[in-house]
Amino acid sequence: MSMPGSPSMQTQNSFCTFRVGTMYLGVEVHRVQEVIRAQRMTRVPGAPDVVRGLMNLRGQIVTALDMRRRLGLEETESKEPQMNVVVRTPDGPVSLLVNEIGDVIVVDRTQFEAPPETLQGIHRELIGGSYKLQGRLLLVLNLDAAVRLAA
Amino acid sequence: MLDDIVKEFLVESYENLDQLDKDLMALEDAPDDRNRLSSIFRTIHTIKGTSGFLAFPKLEHITHVGENLLVLLRDGALRLNADITSGLLTMVDAVRSILGNIDSTGVEGDEAYEELVARLGRLKEKDPAPPAPVASPSDKTEIEVEKVIRELSGEVAAAVQQLSAPPKKSARAPRAKGKAAAKNSEIHVNVPAPVIAETPVIADTPVIDEPADHTDLEHATAAMAPASAVKREARSSSDSSGDGTDRNTSVADSSVRIDVHLLDKLMNLVGELVLARNQIMQFSQGLEDAALAAASQRINLITTELQEGVMKTRMQPIRNAWSKLPRVVRDLSISCGKQVQVKMDGAETELDKTILEAIKDPLTHIVRNSVDHGIETAEVRRKAGKPPEGTLLLRAYHEGGQVNIEIADDGAGISVDRVRQKAVEKGMVTAEQAAAMSDREAIQLILLPGFSTAAKVTNVSGRGVGMDVVKTNVEKIGGTLDIHSTVGKGTTLRIKIPLTLAIVPALIVTCEDDRYCIPQVSLLELVRLEGSRARTDIELMHSVPVYRLRGQLLPLVFLDEELKLRPHRTDAERRCSDIVNIVVLQAEDRQFGLVVDHINDTQEIVVKPLGLHLKSLSTYAGSTIMGDGTVSLILDVLGIAQQSHVLGINGTRNMIDNSSSHGEHARNGDSWLIVDPLDGTRAAIPLSTIARLEEIRTDSIEKTGRQQVVQYRGQIMPLISLNEFGQVEPDEHGSISLVVFNDGHRNVGVVVGRIVDIVSESNEPIHEGTGDTRIIAGRVTRIVNLEQIAMNA
Repeated sequence: MSMPGSPSMQTQNSFCTFRVGTMYLGVEVHRVQEVIRAQRMTRVPGAPDVVRGLMNLRGQIVTALDMRRRLGLEETESKEPQMNVVVRTPDGPVSLLVNEIGDVIVVDRTQFEAPPETLQGIHRELIGGSYKLQGRLLLVLNLDAAVRLAA
Repeated sequence: MLDDIVKEFLVESYENLDQLDKDLMALEDAPDDRNRLSSIFRTIHTIKGTSGFLAFPKLEHITHVGENLLVLLRDGALRLNADITSGLLTMVDAVRSILGNIDSTGVEGDEAYEELVARLGRLKEKDPAPPAPVASPSDKTEIEVEKVIRELSGEVAAAVQQLSAPPKKSARAPRAKGKAAAKNSEIHVNVPAPVIAETPVIADTPVIDEPADHTDLEHATAAMAPASAVKREARSSSDSSGDGTDRNTSVADSSVRIDVHLLDKLMNLVGELVLARNQIMQFSQGLEDAALAAASQRINLITTELQEGVMKTRMQPIRNAWSKLPRVVRDLSISCGKQVQVKMDGAETELDKTILEAIKDPLTHIVRNSVDHGIETAEVRRKAGKPPEGTLLLRAYHEGGQVNIEIADDGAGISVDRVRQKAVEKGMVTAEQAAAMSDREAIQLILLPGFSTAAKVTNVSGRGVGMDVVKTNVEKIGGTLDIHSTVGKGTTLRIKIPLTLAIVPALIVTCEDDRYCIPQVSLLELVRLEGSRARTDIELMHSVPVYRLRGQLLPLVFLDEELKLRPHRTDAERRCSDIVNIVVLQAEDRQFGLVVDHINDTQEIVVKPLGLHLKSLSTYAGSTIMGDGTVSLILDVLGIAQQSHVLGINGTRNMIDNSSSHGEHARNGDSWLIVDPLDGTRAAIPLSTIARLEEIRTDSIEKTGRQQVVQYRGQIMPLISLNEFGQVEPDEHGSISLVVFNDGHRNVGVVVGRIVDIVSESNEPIHEGTGDTRIIAGRVTRIVNLEQIAMNA
């Protein structure tokens, strides 16, 4: 987690990783406020589908967004995403509901590649690119786009 | 390091300049107020001195010229007139703009202000006034004050220390109490401020060199009273000055400037503390450890006090947003050739800091509009039989968890017909739509973008941009904007804004297992229908459910249906419910019933704004955290009323009229309450004059002298009987039926004997009789005028 000396700061990036459905995603670690277990939610009738509800984060009311619905993924498992990745946004913290929390990993900038043209639709909007890790791809979630819902 | 000093200088100078604006204008009304003159002089002198020290030559030069002029004024060699005031105000503006340059670029800017310097120089020459008497009483006061100040300063400092300790309060202390405490400590804290601020500057004026002849403390204290009286008088002589006087000069000494972000952070931390406290409390209850229980109890109290304290730090009097307006009005009225006087009422009303910032611009805009379009020129006013000087009244007050701000002028008012005509001309509405609108709806048209009825476009307003922006800004902070206008009498704009962060009393209801909060501002009453009544009393008016509330049809909105938690009930489904809970709500001037599953209780809730994703939902006004830590949504009564079409946006009038209009006589087609006063007669009361129907027990009646009274809603309500013998007779169940009449000030209970029926003229033939009797439903019936009866009570 702690960054080594300053030269590597330029070339390395830390990501908080998580799984949504079948997708292995990451968010830059400095945007993540905290990761917490399932919380009691208050549903908001009339709100967009993606908004699962409101939760009480130590006296602060935080909106929780269901990432599986946000990414338009099919419901392949019976359990809804439960883990909260609370991220910082200019308009206050927002919680992303994901299926599973992964490790915080340090990746090298050289491993990054922009998404191919064949990536289309909502995923093109939400995925900023990928890091080619050993054996799998870490998809970089475009956080600002992900928390911005079409009005 | 230097940057910090400059920053400090800027912040302080801005504050001083605001004060200068006020002082100068106050001085216009009382040109000989020497205390004020001295204070203005000192402010300019301070800016001059500091700018010399910080090497801002231009600033130093301008203030120096201004200071020279002020010396003459202060010494009585020159008398203040409108020209000099304008000159000095221009100087203040120049100083402000230089400060602005320093703020943004670090240097003073290119403008030379030669013209201003020359103008100030010229002002110095002409119109020498007769010299003021050398030893005017105010001089003496000043000496005394100075003396007192020196002697008292130590004393006061000690007192301040005591007072600045947070006032003890119980956990659920009402806001009013907290405010009173705040006010007290503020007043005391402010006392030493002018002391320390004044002493060094005054020291080089000759006044202070006179020997002090009263030395004992008691005398000094006594001397202080007239001094403060003088100050107060000076203040009241011009409403515009407000009493920000002490506040601003005191900033340096009795208060610490704190970054709002830091306060936000503290606020959040306190929130976390509250929740940790709740957990500890729960935990300690399970353990039955006396020591732990005592400790957690203490934590409980401290946390509550801390929470209140931190919340209060964010509250500021609305005066802070108003203080700039008199200057705006002055400049504007001079340029329009009008005479306008600004009055303020309720300047101490407190609002959250963020809200205060948000309403500053809308307020300025409204005030400009009022002066430019509302208030007429002196001749026009004289012709209309009004005093030549127009009045602009700024009023603020708390009302049920909301702050009302009114901006009222006694100008020409808005002609609703012209608004209609203009809106049709501009193609905003069709002629039919315009004709179908009520006056209330039509006048709201001026809030649409691009609307302007001004005969000509002035450089101030009337370009048709503005009111819509004002409306948007007010709505952004969860407020509403309302316009009332009478042609020839004036216009009143009322802004209603919530006190976010403030504690709002709310009714908690349950709907589909979730709890929702309804702010009590909109709550009128609760109706519970049980058993067979639940099945039969809800009627359908062409598929729209309604309930007859005292003869008036109340449209019903089912909360679960409105929130789309279930499909609309069929008629059959509606008929099989055992209990119906109706929350009767007021939205603007309409009433409607919100049907919920359960009514829980009332609670004080802390309003938290909704996140970005939910802002667009008109159904909710915010959210809150309940005692058990769950989040609950706060319903927006107005939003629900609009969404469910209880409030027609335009055209479609609703089926229910506001029945709370007092003292109005029944019009044709109105409903009557038919009662049997138990003396063999019949009486009818127009329903529209009745505030409520109540049933009381015989034993709740008390007596004061000969008057029978009951305790009603915390007040003593006199009882009058309709019975010809004036007797209060219980019915067979030992209870007494009352009709409550409200004349706007108090309630009067009229004992009606037995309630027979409610009839409306449309379905019961009512024949004219003699005098105040009619034939209703085949019986001779006396028409009761509640207003008259109440007058005799």
